Amino acid sequence: MTETPLVHLNQVSLAFAGKPVLNEIELKIFPQDRLVILGQSGGGKSTMLRLILGILKPTAGEIKYKHLRVSRLSRSKLNLLRSRIGMVYQYSALISSSNVRDNLALPVRELGRKSEGEIDTLVEEKLAMVGMSGTESKMPSELSGGMRKRVSLARALMLDPELVLFDEPSAGLDPVMSSVIDELIINLTKKTNTTSVIVTHEMDSAFRIATRMAMLYQGAIIQDATPEDFKSSDDPVVRQFVTGGVEGPMTEPLPDADNT
Amino acid sequence: MTRNALVNLGSIIWLLLNTAEEMADNVRRGRLPFRASALFTQADRTAVGSVPLVLMVSFFLGLTMALLTGYQLLKFGVERLIPSLIAIAFTRELGPLITGIVLAARIGAAFTAELGTMQVAEEVEAIEAMGIGPLRFLVAPRLVAIVAAMPCLSVCSVIAALIGSCLISWVTLNIVPAFFFDAVLSSLLVNDIVIGFFKAAFFGLVIGLIACFKGLTVQGGAEGVGRATTGSVVIAITSVIGFDSVFNIIVTQYTK
Repeated sequence: MTETPLVHLNQVSLAFAGKPVLNEIELKIFPQDRLVILGQSGGGKSTMLRLILGILKPTAGEIKYKHLRVSRLSRSKLNLLRSRIGMVYQYSALISSSNVRDNLALPVRELGRKSEGEIDTLVEEKLAMVGMSGTESKMPSELSGGMRKRVSLARALMLDPELVLFDEPSAGLDPVMSSVIDELIINLTKKTNTTSVIVTHEMDSAFRIATRMAMLYQGAIIQDATPEDFKSSDDPVVRQFVTGGVEGPMTEPLPDADNT
Repeated sequence: MTRNALVNLGSIIWLLLNTAEEMADNVRRGRLPFRASALFTQADRTAVGSVPLVLMVSFFLGLTMALLTGYQLLKFGVERLIPSLIAIAFTRELGPLITGIVLAARIGAAFTAELGTMQVAEEVEAIEAMGIGPLRFLVAPRLVAIVAAMPCLSVCSVIAALIGSCLISWVTLNIVPAFFFDAVLSSLLVNDIVIGFFKAAFFGLVIGLIACFKGLTVQGGAEGVGRATTGSVVIAITSVIGFDSVFNIIVTQYTK
């Protein structure tokens, strides 16, 4: 692919308190990709999203958003970049003390220059996009998990982002609602021409959404391929993860430090 | 422990500077540093909401102080000094101190619990991820509200204490209100009022910064929020009393 990547993680490494989490990650995200990042829980998938947003800084390597070096941006430029990226959190992260309308209006009020009337119209439009019309005055605590996810997605779309990051979008949802969210991600990203990065460890969701898949294992990307190639992968780690097998390299005990 | 205290002090100064920087960024973009409605909401709960408690505590404290000192001064026949004693003590010292303690417990705890819960629920990170400076959005209106509220509440505290002490002096020591307030006005210096005013504003800044810092650095879920809230109140009250002592030492050195 000769296309310029929207995001480029160039040999990115990250360690927390000396403990490596990501190790020389090389990953390019191209416009209109629906890239699913797979991996075990606690394996650093969500950390990658935080690196893209500049919330965490890599210990080595660099992250480029188009031509911008994310970790070298000033605070105001980083905030400007973040306003072009939408993020949907695993537990929605809606402001619990504000109703749905104020949650959606927040980024536009703080970063845009629209009147309250225009914001109202925009809120209605985005809520309709995620099938949540009429919930403007509801508080987040009055919504179910799936509804909160949809409102969170609507909030992420308020500033018409180029890139939407999803952290475990189907976690904690029943299979039907999980499929509804997956379909919503596919339809909205197609309709709005946005690029999306979805972090998950749920294989059904992953194969439904992805146009590309990357597998993160022990801090490194061990496979970056199409969903079809993923299904027929020979890599024992990928095979175990895809099939959900109990036995395999992922469940083998790590070699003793003295014997390595 | 000393190292931790220094690290925390450094982080609190960092919080203040970064909040100012985020506000300045917004002003440079031709916008207000934060929404006026956010400031009014915080000012309402911080200032208006605290008036009854500050009035009540100060009224009873002024009353008790006048009663106890009155009987001692009566032995020497100088009970007429009560009005000036109460006026100077509350304007320079006890007004800002009592208000600081009340706000640290009532508002500092609320700030920490609120921001801590938002931190645990990833709400603070979500605000940051949207490109909205969380310090400008969450910390700045709270800080400005408490810094502005403290001197106003301190004035309320002084007035309530004077009313309490005036009433008890009238009932027990036969000092009539007209004489009482005449003595208050003649004993107070502009200097006392200015010192009390600035002390109160500074205490507000200390309480606000400690409360917001503790809230934004919460770790460990609901238990962490509880720990941070307790810590915030304890540290804020101790700091207010500590700064008050340091302030008094410095001021007495320069004004003796």
